[in-house]
Amino acid sequence: MEKRVVFDNRWLPYLLVAPQLLVTFVFFFWPAGQAIYQSAFIPDPFGLKTQFVGFGNFEYLFGNRYYRESFLTTAVFSVLVTVSAMSFALWLAVLADRVIKGSSAYRTLLIWPYAVAPAIAGVLWLFMFNPFTGIIAWMLSQMGYVWNHNLDGGQAMALVVAASAWKQISYNFLFFLAGLQAIPKSVIEAAAIDGASFWRRFWTIVFPLLSPTTFFLLVVNIIYAFFDTFGVIHTITKGGPEQSTTILVYKVFSDGFVGQDLGSSAAQSVVLLLLVGILTVVQFRFIERRVHY
Amino acid sequence: MSGMVEKRGVGTWLTHAGLIFGIAVICFPIWIAFVASTVTQDDLIRPPMPLLPGPHLLENYLEALLTGGVAPVWQMLLNSLVMALGITIGKIIISLLSAYAIVYFKFRFRMLFFWLIFMTLMLPVEVRIVPTYEVVASLGLLNSYTGLILPLIASATATFLFRQLFMTIPDELTEAARVDGAGPVRFFIDILLPMSRTNIAALFVILFIYGWNQYLWPLLVTTDPSMNTVVMGIKQMLPTGDQTVEWPVIMATAMLAMLPPVLVVIGMQKLFVKGLVESEK
Repeated sequence: MEKRVVFDNRWLPYLLVAPQLLVTFVFFFWPAGQAIYQSAFIPDPFGLKTQFVGFGNFEYLFGNRYYRESFLTTAVFSVLVTVSAMSFALWLAVLADRVIKGSSAYRTLLIWPYAVAPAIAGVLWLFMFNPFTGIIAWMLSQMGYVWNHNLDGGQAMALVVAASAWKQISYNFLFFLAGLQAIPKSVIEAAAIDGASFWRRFWTIVFPLLSPTTFFLLVVNIIYAFFDTFGVIHTITKGGPEQSTTILVYKVFSDGFVGQDLGSSAAQSVVLLLLVGILTVVQFRFIERRVHY
Repeated sequence: MSGMVEKRGVGTWLTHAGLIFGIAVICFPIWIAFVASTVTQDDLIRPPMPLLPGPHLLENYLEALLTGGVAPVWQMLLNSLVMALGITIGKIIISLLSAYAIVYFKFRFRMLFFWLIFMTLMLPVEVRIVPTYEVVASLGLLNSYTGLILPLIASATATFLFRQLFMTIPDELTEAARVDGAGPVRFFIDILLPMSRTNIAALFVILFIYGWNQYLWPLLVTTDPSMNTVVMGIKQMLPTGDQTVEWPVIMATAMLAMLPPVLVVIGMQKLFVKGLVESEK
């Protein structure tokens, strides 16, 4: 699409795009280029010079057991976060869609966790599940279940999933509710006249009609789980115990800043870059909607 | 909505019960945090903690605000505010300008520029942290507001949003403005900006939350405690071996860190929903 009427000016348009382009070059393309460049080198132990290794960093990376496990951890984590955040939100949205009176009050009460930062969500959940003093850890111990996510990798995973999903429910709820409200009531009424029960109507009519929203949210939630949950992981588990909650984004950080392994971290950045690229293409091709700023 | 699928009797009650249960689950962590911010450390370290607020609200919040952990929380809140507003306003301004150029001018490399901006969608800061950190460090921008804000203000989403908005503005308006002798700058200020007002406001709400909630970037860039933002600063208060900060103070800080973005969402709900839905397109 093009504008029919445009302004003529020799230098003004360049001036207008200059700030955005400048920021983009300095903070996006230059660092991304550096990541690709660095991924082909390893620094000597003193950091004085670097040695060209080609794809060596990548070979090393994929030969590394911890990195391969990090892929699996990321997959498990993303699937759990996405499925739990989406199903709980869908359930709430279906209920809210049925409510005639007071639905805006319910909506208000359900959407505000969107505003809570992932890191703060992490602090809240950490507090509730603190093995020694946390209220839920205590309740569990009363039931004879010992909670210590600092020692038990499975519990650590459950906790970061719960905190991450909790924060994402409001977002999914809003979009599911909008999707539900966009479904023509006449279709559902027709099925009701035919005697279809509520759940039958839901699975045969509502859910299929909702699928564009569902697919869209699926990609958004996966991207959220991949990149935006760093704060949750960093506050609650720091990737532990024994790397059981080290997702890919956390590993870039811990190898690059904590471990100072720049070559490997850069190679990981490049891998992530490719992953984001694929996800973005998927999003545009199949969903044509977009989340990140 | 009335009609055949109107809900009656038991179904209605079950619906409300389900929603209230859902809200209870979602609000529980916040309620616990709030209660913890109103009691003493002694109440918390011997489980179970109380489930109703205690009388120590004021002293905990005052201690958080004035003493805090490595830095007083008022200072961290101020840093968060500067960063959030800087990111929000910066993004809106540079996106408005570049979208205006791309829609309303014909110039060389127009599409190239458009695609270069578009590609930043694929590069969230989490992916390129180490090299971005190095760039910012080499520019001497560590521990500065500029270093906190600038790398986060390039935004393809906002540029797209404004581009789409500008495309819907009828050409007749532009023609009329030109007949009246208005140049591109006049047109932008007198016509385009007022027409984009609600969209800018909606985007403002979303971007403010985005900016306020940044974690990883401030964590890397602000090594000086006086530059810490509250969302990342609270991490430094968490008990790790040589703990000095008490849980009630940490929880008071968490409440304070949540308050501004939550108020924005609740207070400007219409704009928030509009911004959220639009920025996904």
